[in-house]
Amino acid sequence: MGDEFYKIWVYLSTTPLLGLTVTLVAYQAGMWIYTRAKLNPLLNPVLLAVLMLVGLLMITGTDYETYFEGAQFVHFMLGPATVALAVPLYQQFQKVRGSFLRIMVAIVAGSTAAALSAIGVAWVMGVSRETLLSLAPKSVTAPIAMGIAEATGGVPSLTAVLVILTGIIGAVLGTWTLNACGVKDWRARGLAMGTASHGIGTARALQVNNVAGAFASLAMGLNGLATAILLPVILGLIF
Amino acid sequence: MSLGFITTLLVFQLLGEVISRGFDLPLPGPVVGMALLFLTLVVRGGLPSGLGDAATGLLKHLSLLFVPAGVGVMMHIHLLQDEWQAISVALVISTVITIAVTALVMEGLSKLAGDKGPQVGNNTLGED
Repeated sequence: MGDEFYKIWVYLSTTPLLGLTVTLVAYQAGMWIYTRAKLNPLLNPVLLAVLMLVGLLMITGTDYETYFEGAQFVHFMLGPATVALAVPLYQQFQKVRGSFLRIMVAIVAGSTAAALSAIGVAWVMGVSRETLLSLAPKSVTAPIAMGIAEATGGVPSLTAVLVILTGIIGAVLGTWTLNACGVKDWRARGLAMGTASHGIGTARALQVNNVAGAFASLAMGLNGLATAILLPVILGLIF
Repeated sequence: MSLGFITTLLVFQLLGEVISRGFDLPLPGPVVGMALLFLTLVVRGGLPSGLGDAATGLLKHLSLLFVPAGVGVMMHIHLLQDEWQAISVALVISTVITIAVTALVMEGLSKLAGDKGPQVGNNTLGED
């Protein structure tokens, strides 16, 4: 029996089927917990899925390359999905054409503040260059942030995790920060959430107010674009 | 999801990759593809029927798509172990600063433009 099981395991561990299946199962399990917890940002489904999968791979002694042979089919869709972000961006853009200049100025300010403050604090605290470069695009939506990290010398997978953590922090501290600053305009509040914490901040803004949600969604797309253009320039000036 | 839609996305991604590499841009190919599709929609002046629904369908599970890459963090677990304090501090401070700067600039510019916009009621401030 044990021998049979071992043979099946040896077979399965070399096919892409297993890596792909466990990825989908872990994500669904994460979604299930997140929904049960009434969308509590601390129980982010992606973070839960990543933790479950890292645990699973470590327990079974499977290396990442083997897992990725299956998971690559999911990973491949990141590129087309990034392109698809143009659609919600266009839909939101249609609604705010009149105030577009103002929005762009705020997002460029936010994007610059995000990169400079992350790099500055991390540098003062003495982190490695790899971590510093992986931290810099952390406010941008993960598919774009990973692409930026790859282009600027960071570690894309570390960036993915830092992006999720940034989203959670923004969702938890956003309301408090905005109230402390005395910002009462829903448009400004939403824009800030989307710029600082991408999709997770946008989900939080949508829970609170529709206008804030729409502006957060717009900011998420525009900040991805703004940071992709600005960050290489900022890093070029610093290093 | 329709075949036409996925083809459209792949064509734009491919164009983006070609432009990004051809001109040696520091921008990721898919981001260039996104910008091109956005500009195309603006110039075209409307969303082709079906594209909106299809994009919503694909993006609904956008977060699933970065799970495999996220798991890759296990190869760099030493960075997290050695530097988690610095990383945590940097993330919290930077996120708070980013929210504050973006919101204050946007609200300030809106006030300058004399455009007040929808406001948080005083009674609900802090309750959301």
